[in-house]
This record gives sequence, C-alpha cells and structure tokens, in this order.
Amino acid sequence: MLQEFADWAAYSLLGLGRQSPLGAAVDFFIYDSIKVTILLAIVVFIVGVIRTFITPGKVKRWLGGRSEGIGNVLAALLGVPTPFCSCSAVPLFIGFIEAGVPLGITFSFLTASPLINEIAATMLLAMFGWQIAALYIGSGLVIAILAGIIIGRLGLESEVEEFVYKIKAKKASEKEMDWKERAKFGISESKSITLKVLPYLLVGIAIGGLIHGYAPSDFLLSFAGKDNPLAVPIVVLIGIPLYSNAAGMVPIVGVLISKGMAVGTALAFMMSVIGLSLPEFIILRKVLKPKLLAIFAVILFLSFVATGHLFNLILG
Amino acid sequence: MPITNIKILGSGCPNCKKLEANAKKACDELGIKAEFEKVQEYADIAGYGVMATPALVVGGKVVVSGRVPDVNEIKGILKG
Repeated sequence: MLQEFADWAAYSLLGLGRQSPLGAAVDFFIYDSIKVTILLAIVVFIVGVIRTFITPGKVKRWLGGRSEGIGNVLAALLGVPTPFCSCSAVPLFIGFIEAGVPLGITFSFLTASPLINEIAATMLLAMFGWQIAALYIGSGLVIAILAGIIIGRLGLESEVEEFVYKIKAKKASEKEMDWKERAKFGISESKSITLKVLPYLLVGIAIGGLIHGYAPSDFLLSFAGKDNPLAVPIVVLIGIPLYSNAAGMVPIVGVLISKGMAVGTALAFMMSVIGLSLPEFIILRKVLKPKLLAIFAVILFLSFVATGHLFNLILG
Repeated sequence: MPITNIKILGSGCPNCKKLEANAKKACDELGIKAEFEKVQEYADIAGYGVMATPALVVGGKVVVSGRVPDVNEIKGILKG
C-alpha cells in the first residue's frame, strides 16, 4: 500500500518519468521516509510506555548491591529503554553510587544507555533488515556488560571524585502511573521524539540518496573495504569527537556501505559516533578523575574496533 | 498570599530553560507570586534525590523530574 502511494506521488502527482533516475530516487525517498517515520512513531510509543515502569528510583533499587555478572547484564538491559541526555549523566551517576550500586555495574548502565538507542535500532531494522539491527543491539549489550565487568575488576573506586561519596540524597517519592497515564506518556513521547528526529531523518535520507546517485560505487572500497584492517580503528577515532543524532547517522551509514565500506566498519563508526561523545566526557569529568575517564574511553575504543572486525569477519 | 518557592534543577541545558519558561508562564497565568531559583551544582541536584534532569521543585518537594512538563501540567501541580 505504501509502495503504491509512493509510486502514485512520484509518477502521477509529480509527473516524473517511470524510467527516469530522478523518478526512481524520489519514489525511493518518499517510500523510505514514510516507512521509517511510521515505524519510529510505533517503536517510540512502545518504549515510552515501557519507560514508565523503569523509574530511576526503581533502577537504583534493582541494581543496588548486585553482584558482578547478573548485575552487569541487568544494568545493560535497563540502560536500553532509558533515555539519555548527556546533561543527566552526572546526577544519574551520583544517584547510583549513592544508592550502593557497584561502580562496574554503574558503568554497564552508563555505556548501554547512549550506545543502544531505540531510534538507531528502528532505522537499522527498516533500512537493512532485522539481522543488522539484532547485531547492533546484541553487540552493544556485550560491550556494555564487558566494559562494566572490566572497570569493576580494576578496583577504580578511588578514581571517582571524593564529593560523590559524601552526598546523602533525600528519598524522592515517585508516584505510580495508571495505564491511562502510561499511554498518554507514550503518545506524547512518540509525538515529540518523532517530530524532533524527523528533520535529521529526512536530511539523512536525502543526502544518502544524492551520494548514492552521484559518487562512484567503489569510492570507499580502496581504503575502507574489508581488506584494509586499519580502516576500523581509523573510522572509530574519527567518530569519537563527532556527535550526531542517531536518526541522521543511519542513512549515512547506509551510503558508506553502498559505496564500498565494509558493514562492520560502518557499524563501528556509527557506534563510536553515538556511544562515545566529547560533550559527555567533559560532563563526566565532574565526577570521574582523568585516569578513570581515560580507562573508560580506551575500553570503549577497543570494543568498537573489536566489534567492527568481528562483524567484517562474520558478514564478509 | 505566600510566595511560592520554585526551583529548577539542571545543569543549564536547553530543557532546563524550557522548563523554567513553562513554570514562569504557569505562575503568570494563575496569578501566583513565585520566587525562582536555579540549582545547577550537581551535588545539590543529587541531594534532592533527583537522577534525571531537568527537575521541578515546588515548596521544597520534587514534583517532576527527567522531562519537561507543559504549562497546563505545571498549572495543575501548582493548584495542587
């Protein structure tokens, strides 16, 4: 039905030729943007409703005093539907430590929350199929769990700024929502987030379409194809300071792949852009001493590189 | 009429500014006199038990955290 509508809009409404490259590009653009937008609105609604069950206070209770392993798995899973704005990283961190959540488990949560993003997952699903989306979510979880276990094992508690341990928080009361309120919250999240990412998404798809049409298809093959093992660490390094909205990132990843970049390399690039950002690190410096911050960055860098290589191996 | 104390908790990101603007508008529309205070120090924010910013504190109590409520919702809270 969607395809018929896109065909009608491109060929009848706009009068573009059925065989012309422009007609095909416009048809593709209309079809893709409508499909992704609808999927996104549905997924954000569902995640919004799930989110009403996962309040910060409950997460603290669930994770407080957990042991290594189960605690890290739980923290990584809870990090997925939990929204993450870099301005919230510090209060969240302090709240966890104050509630007795072990440092390693706190880091599993802190890694999973921005890295595994429902918007990126939905767009990967819509544009590349469920296998790539599942690889993204699965590897993100593994990275978050391992990063937390490593940091926990290293015994870096002294590398957290001292004031964090001195804070005594008041108990905040959280009122339980009923189903009507949960649905209302889901709808308002779906509306506001979909509208917010829509411009990025359209620009991303449009740029994707343009590059697709004009750049030669083996453009990136020579230096970012899977025969160049150095490509993965290089793109991850490039991605660290970059920070982009996940919605704009996925279409660009699509283009990189179509121009010859290996799939694992492109996914590693995307993870490094959305999972590791300079602003977040600057904010985290308020609670973490430089040594811990550096260890965290190195662990993430190595995991993204390893993931990229692993995918290139599996998919290649 | 007593003056209501309203605090905006957050590091100064765009969401905090939006929350403050909404809260001010809600007070104006209700004709409530309020003094506004910004709490930007992380230690102080955490002291309220808040883990997601921005947060709205009315009369010393956290009423909303982790999102930006619209003007109507804040009016409802203030009428309490």
